[in-house]
Amino acid sequence: MANPEPSKQRRGLVAIDGAMALIVILLIVQIWLLSATLETYLAGHAGPVLPAAIFSGLIFSGCLALNFFVQRVDKDSRR
Amino acid sequence: MPLFRSRSKEPLWKEEFSVFTSDERYVTRRQFTKFLTLASLGMFVGNLWILAKSRFTKTPGFPTVEVADISEIPVRGVKLFTYPTAQDHCIMIRTSEEEYVGYSQKCTHLSCAVYYSAKKDCLECPCHQGFFSVKDGSVLQGPPPRPLPQITLERHGAKLLAVGVKGS
Repeated sequence: MANPEPSKQRRGLVAIDGAMALIVILLIVQIWLLSATLETYLAGHAGPVLPAAIFSGLIFSGCLALNFFVQRVDKDSRR
Repeated sequence: MPLFRSRSKEPLWKEEFSVFTSDERYVTRRQFTKFLTLASLGMFVGNLWILAKSRFTKTPGFPTVEVADISEIPVRGVKLFTYPTAQDHCIMIRTSEEEYVGYSQKCTHLSCAVYYSAKKDCLECPCHQGFFSVKDGSVLQGPPPRPLPQITLERHGAKLLAVGVKGS
C-alpha cells in the first residue's frame, strides 16, 4: 500500500542516507584500525594499542550519535 | 532511555512491519543503521580486547645462560649456542678483542641457518643469499624482510653470558 510521501519524509530519508554513508565511512576506518592494531600487537609492539583503542572508542561514539540521529529523524518524519 | 527502541506508543511489530511503502523504507534503513552501529561496537570491543591482552599478558623473562669462556674464542671466531631454549640456535661472533655480538641463527626470510662469513665480514644465509650486518644484524642484501634478533651478551669476568633477546 502506498501513502502520499510528503516532502518532510523525503528530507528525512535524505538525512538518514547521509548519516548511513557517514557510518559506513567510519566503519571502514575502524576495521582498518582494528586490523592494523592487531598486526602491530602481534609483531610485539604494544605502544600504539592504547591510542588505537581510544580512537576506536571515539569512532564508536560517532556511530552511536549518528544512530541516535537516524532514530530521531525517523521518529520526526513519521509524526 | 532505551538505546535501540523508539519511545513511541506504537507496539514494536507495528513499527517494524508498516503497511505503508514509505515507512517501510525507514524501517530497512533504521535496521541497517542499528546493524552498522553494532558492528562498530564489535570492533571497539576487539580493540579493547587487544588492549587488555597487551596490559595483562606478561612477557616471559629471559634466562641467564653461559655462552662461552672468552679465552676459547679468537678474534673473528664464532661459537654456536642455543638461547633462550634448546630449540633456538644462535651464533656468537667475537668481532674484536673486547667486542662480542650474538644473533639468532634463524634467517628472517625462510628460517635457514645463517653462518658467519669472515671473508665478507657479514652473516650469510646460504639458501637465498641473504646477508646481515655483523654490527647490528640489519639486512644488507637479499630477501630477508627483518633484521636478525640480537642476543644481549654480558661479560662477567672470563665468562660471556646471554641475558636477553632484542627484536624477536
